[in-house]
Amino acid sequence: MSRRPYIREPSKGGWWLEQPRYIRYMMREISALFIGIYVLVLIVGLFQLSRGEAAYEEFLATVEGPPGRVFAVLAMLFAIYHTYTWFQVTPKAMPLTLGGKPVPGSFIVAAHWFGLVLVSAALWLLVGS
Amino acid sequence: MSGSNKPIIWGLFAAGGTIAAFVLPGLILITCFAVPLGLLSTETLSYAHLIELMQHPLSKLVIFGVLFLVIWHAAHRMRITAHDLGVRNDTLTMMICYGIAAAGTLLALAALSGI
Amino acid sequence: MNQRVIKLEILRYDPEQDDAPHFQTYTVPYQEDWVVLDAINYVKDELDRTLSYRWSCHMAVCGSCGMVVNGEPALACHAFLRDYPEKIRIEPLQNFPIERDLVIVMDDFMDKLGSVKPYVVAKEERDVDDGEHLQTPLELARFKQYTDCINCLLCYSACPQYALTDSFVGPAALALAHRYNLDSRDTGRSAREDVVSSNAGIWECSFVGACSEVCPKSVDPAAAIQQTKIASTVDYFMKFLKPWKRI
Repeated sequence: MSRRPYIREPSKGGWWLEQPRYIRYMMREISALFIGIYVLVLIVGLFQLSRGEAAYEEFLATVEGPPGRVFAVLAMLFAIYHTYTWFQVTPKAMPLTLGGKPVPGSFIVAAHWFGLVLVSAALWLLVGS
Repeated sequence: MSGSNKPIIWGLFAAGGTIAAFVLPGLILITCFAVPLGLLSTETLSYAHLIELMQHPLSKLVIFGVLFLVIWHAAHRMRITAHDLGVRNDTLTMMICYGIAAAGTLLALAALSGI
Repeated sequence: MNQRVIKLEILRYDPEQDDAPHFQTYTVPYQEDWVVLDAINYVKDELDRTLSYRWSCHMAVCGSCGMVVNGEPALACHAFLRDYPEKIRIEPLQNFPIERDLVIVMDDFMDKLGSVKPYVVAKEERDVDDGEHLQTPLELARFKQYTDCINCLLCYSACPQYALTDSFVGPAALALAHRYNLDSRDTGRSAREDVVSSNAGIWECSFVGACSEVCPKSVDPAAAIQQTKIASTVDYFMKFLKPWKRI
């Protein structure tokens, strides 16, 4: 009897298209691209701010144009998706026990969303003042 | 092999991801939508107002902290994604992703020290 | 009376004759209480004796009958015909070489499992006369969930990182390492570190989470790996802050 195991090679780049759960995973990963670009734009904006009012006004004019607006919407959607997926996995990575009993994951997730509201409100008050 | 070989990289990734999760939705709302939608005055993002905000002793430190952690989070995740999408040369990916993050970090430092 | 039938499309591979695997379709009677394993057994008993596959307990505790059913890793004894459409495609577990038909070569997993030292590494050897280890219910609760693993390998089939990187230790092995690391009787965490915290260990995981979704015993290997990442990161920094402290 001869053994001749057969090896099936997975499709290198397109495997994630084959199942909804993998597509959701890839969307979560791609969120980092938009988050990264947004932060880079912020940094450039800060740099232009440091160069004086004229440079900063020019920066504002650039990012407020149509491509900037489209990107802002995408960045917001992906940022929220990042937040949503990040909060979802937090109870798994850091399970809590209180008085010997495990704290339900949904409670931890809800606390995080509440935290998001608090942080956003604090930002709003700080910047909007 | 695309795994980070140091807990440092993952630690930065986790910290940056947490900051991004809590801070970004509000930040994007304020910087991109609040003024056009009339929720905040046009003065909010003006040159004068931002310079004023930066005068606070802690503001530059906090801003740098947020930018630094989030950009490294994004860079690391992009490195992993490149591997997921079939890019085999991890060394090259690493240099590009972390290189951009490093450049952004330096630019942020330059910007904040100049304000 | 009309007997309702279903069609099983099974991936066949005979190493002595075939160059590559190919599908073969069988028509099988439908029974309300049957699982996919019953249908496969029907094929072997009545239609095609040459079909090879692993199975044993028929009640989802032995982990033998792992297969991919309509694209999703499942235990054949745990997948009810009534939950599937009329055509059911059955393939061997992904990411393992095919030995024959639905039988995969699981040597890679066996090696990796062994490499994480999946047993209690006690501080000192105990004599039987010393009595049992004592453990509170709370201490048991810490790791109990991770003891439920039946080594069915569905998680390896679902894991894209295992598909992309052969050397990845993988969900089940890492979950079992975690099970022992959390066991109060065990002092083997540093002994396991070389494998667990290697580049092929926890750091290869990108938290896709598919493993936990397909696990039939709710072991949640993804959670085990994330918790290990945090523990490893903390250990790493503690080494600098408190170099005199042994983990």
